[in-house]
Amino acid sequence: MNAQPVAPEALLEEASAAVGLEERPLPARTRRDGGRRVRVASGQGFWGDWQEAPKLQVRRGSIDYLMLDYLAEITMSIMQKQRDRNPDAGYARDFVPLMDDLIHDLLEKEIRVVSNAGGVNPEGCRAELGFAFADESLPRRPRVAVITGDDLMDSLDDLLAAGHELRHMETGEPLSTVRDRVAAANAYLGAEPIIEALRQEADIVVAGRSTDTALTYAPLMHEFSWPDDDWDRLAHGVVAGHINECGCQASGGNSLVDWREIDLTLPGYPIVEAEENGTFVVTKHPGLGGRVTWETVAEQVLYELGDPTEYITPDVIADFSTIRLRDLGRDRVRVDGVAGRSRTDKLKVSIAYHDGFKAVGALTYAWPDAVDKARRADEILRGRLRHLGLEFDEIRTEIVGAGACHGPLAGAPSDDLPEVTLRVGVRSPDRHAVSRFSREIAPLILAGPPTVTGFAGGRPRVQEVVAYWPALIDRGVVEANVQVETMEL
Amino acid sequence: MQLREIAFARSGDKGDTANVGLIAFRPSIYPVLVKEVTSERVKYHFKGICEGEVERFELPNLRALNFLLHRSLGGGGTVSLMLDAQGKTFATALLRMEIDVPDHLLNRAD
Repeated sequence: MNAQPVAPEALLEEASAAVGLEERPLPARTRRDGGRRVRVASGQGFWGDWQEAPKLQVRRGSIDYLMLDYLAEITMSIMQKQRDRNPDAGYARDFVPLMDDLIHDLLEKEIRVVSNAGGVNPEGCRAELGFAFADESLPRRPRVAVITGDDLMDSLDDLLAAGHELRHMETGEPLSTVRDRVAAANAYLGAEPIIEALRQEADIVVAGRSTDTALTYAPLMHEFSWPDDDWDRLAHGVVAGHINECGCQASGGNSLVDWREIDLTLPGYPIVEAEENGTFVVTKHPGLGGRVTWETVAEQVLYELGDPTEYITPDVIADFSTIRLRDLGRDRVRVDGVAGRSRTDKLKVSIAYHDGFKAVGALTYAWPDAVDKARRADEILRGRLRHLGLEFDEIRTEIVGAGACHGPLAGAPSDDLPEVTLRVGVRSPDRHAVSRFSREIAPLILAGPPTVTGFAGGRPRVQEVVAYWPALIDRGVVEANVQVETMEL
Repeated sequence: MQLREIAFARSGDKGDTANVGLIAFRPSIYPVLVKEVTSERVKYHFKGICEGEVERFELPNLRALNFLLHRSLGGGGTVSLMLDAQGKTFATALLRMEIDVPDHLLNRAD
């Protein structure tokens, strides 16, 4: 695809942008040459993202798909903890009220939702959606797809016995070293089950550990009937997915360039407007804040990137060093030129395992000599922990306001700072030691250096550490399941 | 001058590894980044923060370099006790680097 000439339509766009002609986003599913565009809108970039974003995507313009990404590496561990406490939990809870709010619009406008809101409990998520959709005034009954099969917990011992070592991708250690502490194991599923769900006319797809980028490229594969070995087109889809998967980060959020000028009060999240040949334009709804420029898109392309020549997904390996970005003006950036190559025979597995406990405490010290007071308090605290005979894997002290983010690069802190916050964290396999630490913060208020405040939050919470263990597994042993159900009253 | 006058950046995490994508404001500056901002210099720049190797990848198509700073996030993810456990602020930490840029490149408009 790299060697091919630029599509005439793209040149037309470029020309009209160059001469300053009004370039309005075209209605979905129509194009100047009579072809078709499919618009996949990003509505959530992580669990806890802005709840208004997906509503604005649905209500402030035309889209075909709403993609909602809830899962980061650590999210599965958090959801697993929640399911341990309550077997009905373990999915993105705020997905349900969001769908409740949007379902009329989605059905009327024929917008389909593709999400990994299911977390470690997609069936529990669908059960809750059933209650939310118990509304007789809906234009028709919604169809909800649940994708399972990513959960390898029940077959883990069989897999290990059969010689699948599930070695840690960074350290090379076999999973057997932590097997008795494993809390969750989920394979990253690709596009196939999502495409199957869309084929079965699902309005809402609730997946578990589906690959983030697949939430965007699977609908494109479905709409354009891309063969699953058309590597270049799939690679374009992956880049589209990578741009969409972090929500506003592609449309002005977290942008270093011009951050003062970008209005992020009510930002438009990114929308990928894709064509049959794989190339696409990144844009956003007009009339909303945010900004889509070469710079905002380039920053997001580089976000969480490893070796750019091999961006590995379950469906294709994309080469990010071939991506071509062109700023067409008016919040439109064209993406083309992406080369792809054959997928591997492995799937990535996200494993969560119990790895002890931690707690983080903080106190704020005021001028004068704020940094010195914080340092003295830290020495006192460490002395008291030694006195108690407590041992930790790590005690980490940071002084917020005096180089907690950039460390030595920030230079020596001024001795005239108005205030700083002492932040001390500990980690240990011994819950008792961590719990005992959490009782040693408050005493510093009366039995410590002067002008201290900021303890309104109470004793630091003891948190269970559920650590992340990335591994690879043979693709053949993972079987995805798709169930599409009409949600009857 | 500081790198931030000629480039911008974004950073994130993969486990205990931080990634920093560094992008030249202008195409003519990109060769300067390639020449000056080597993995050795970045490793030295992040001494006391990055405990592992620094890998560098070139993306001339985006006039960008991508750095992987291994063993930089206190174990990463939920294990880390760091305030910035996801390496979100590493981007501007890199942009603090002092760099020499030839005058003729600074004044060039492209």
